[in-house]
Amino acid sequence: MSITVKDVQHVARLARLQLSPEEEATFTEQMNAILQYAEKLNELDTENVKPTTHVLQVSNVMREDVVKESLTQEEALLNAPDDEDGQFKVPAVLE
Amino acid sequence: MSLFQYRLPEVHNMLHTKAVSVSELTEEALSIIAERDSKIHAFLTLNEEGARQQARVLDDKLASGASRGLLFGLPAGIKDNIVTKNLRTTCASQFLANFQPLYDATVVSKLRQADAVTIGKLNMDEFAMGGSNENSSFSAVSNPWDLERVPGGSSGGSAAAVAAGEVYFTLGSDTGGSIRQPASYCGVVGLKPTYGLVSRYGLVAFASSLDQIGPITRTVEDSAYVLQAIAGYDAQDSTSAKVDIPDYLGSLTGDIAGLRIAVPKEYIGEGVDAAVRESVLSALKVLEGLGAVWEEVSLPHTEYAVAAYYLLSSSEASSNLARFDGVRYGQRVDDGGGLLELYHNSRSQGFGPEVKRRIMLGTYALSSGYYDAYYLKAQKVRTLIKQDFDEVFTKYDVVLGPTAPTTAFKLGSQTEDPLTMYLNDILTIPVSLAGIPAISIPCGFAEGLPVGLQIIGKEFDESTVLRVAHAFEQHTEYHKARPQL
Repeated sequence: MSITVKDVQHVARLARLQLSPEEEATFTEQMNAILQYAEKLNELDTENVKPTTHVLQVSNVMREDVVKESLTQEEALLNAPDDEDGQFKVPAVLE
Repeated sequence: MSLFQYRLPEVHNMLHTKAVSVSELTEEALSIIAERDSKIHAFLTLNEEGARQQARVLDDKLASGASRGLLFGLPAGIKDNIVTKNLRTTCASQFLANFQPLYDATVVSKLRQADAVTIGKLNMDEFAMGGSNENSSFSAVSNPWDLERVPGGSSGGSAAAVAAGEVYFTLGSDTGGSIRQPASYCGVVGLKPTYGLVSRYGLVAFASSLDQIGPITRTVEDSAYVLQAIAGYDAQDSTSAKVDIPDYLGSLTGDIAGLRIAVPKEYIGEGVDAAVRESVLSALKVLEGLGAVWEEVSLPHTEYAVAAYYLLSSSEASSNLARFDGVRYGQRVDDGGGLLELYHNSRSQGFGPEVKRRIMLGTYALSSGYYDAYYLKAQKVRTLIKQDFDEVFTKYDVVLGPTAPTTAFKLGSQTEDPLTMYLNDILTIPVSLAGIPAISIPCGFAEGLPVGLQIIGKEFDESTVLRVAHAFEQHTEYHKARPQL
């Protein structure tokens, strides 16, 4: 199975990336090489193998639901590229 | 005479007896950096005034007779993907070129509690993606042993700064070998702890199931000091392990009589440079001389580790890096086209090529129709790799081999070929997938370049890893060699 430029364009849209035609060509070639290498995994029969998502046996870590201090509004907006009236500002979404 | 020729306990003694003040040591570090860093580019941000302020506070503490922390007065550098309050943290990316964190990572708080001095933030591959430090969007780092060669990645700045004697120790992060491989290339000691031993709170995530923070130091003893200070459960990290922290310094007994060492044939076979293999076999003779026994074993799934790793880590990266959208922090590129265009433009101009490549690969591997074939398959192979280690550790105390198949390569020599670059990590990646601890220590030189010995241990058995590494170091001189700068 090989990846086409069209596949790369589709994945770029999913990943919210705008690629130049040169990048599309390079990534098509490189992703094909990497995924071809990944085909190696199919040499292994993993039918009855359980997947390891995490090496530690931890699950559902909870903490007490208590009120505590958080960042102030000013702090939360400190690194924002644009803000107005205490909110993150983005381009208009609705007409 | 440079203060940096002294070992950590010796400097401690000088500080505690007031033979030298913390402020003097801090100035020494800053002046060495001013003199040398233009050659190696290890630092991205210097914390000059902050470090001087910390030093004054510590000098006052000493004068008042108050108790002092484990790392009292020691100048430290921190990889730039670990957040530091009010000190620029960039991940070596244009995306975060002006990012000022609002809090300290847990490891940074712990270093402060241990009375270390934060000298600055260290260069790296962008978002920790890379094996050569050439993916920094600010400047590639040079290897102090040969300025035309890479320092390794992604903690290349962290390893180069220690090798160049700019600071006593640094923190790096290891996802597929990013502490051990640069430590190997730069001739210093790099420890990747067991996953979960050191808090990841405040580490900018690359691949969350693999990332782990650890120390890079000049000696194994120094490594034990830093690990002692940073290890431990953290309620702010849901993947933090609730385990007792042993006395790592107490484990450095020098006694390894009867120790059982496994040497995987896959780690010393084809693809490993002859000089590297020779250094590792010589190291085994040293350990044998100290009463250890070794046998060749097999880790049969080693050859599948790189493929599994790149699918898993890229998938997790594509998910983690989705938060960079140009709205709440970081670079924004708005050409007036609307919200979706703002996301696309900000991400496309903010991320470098390696980061984009991994986001693309991960997004593809997680996309509809491919999840089972790539992501799930890789998770299952991860199980097989972990089982390989579990099996070997039923009979042996440690697994030993080279850290990397070769010594440091020339800058620019592999940048066009990502797959070849990825294969440099073939000996460190299996350990990361299994989540177990491993250290890289200097064990020789090949054509003037350092060779690293990797010692791998059982889950949470850092004590044995450090004990073996220390015993080797006590009977060799490699860690005392210094690059000419």
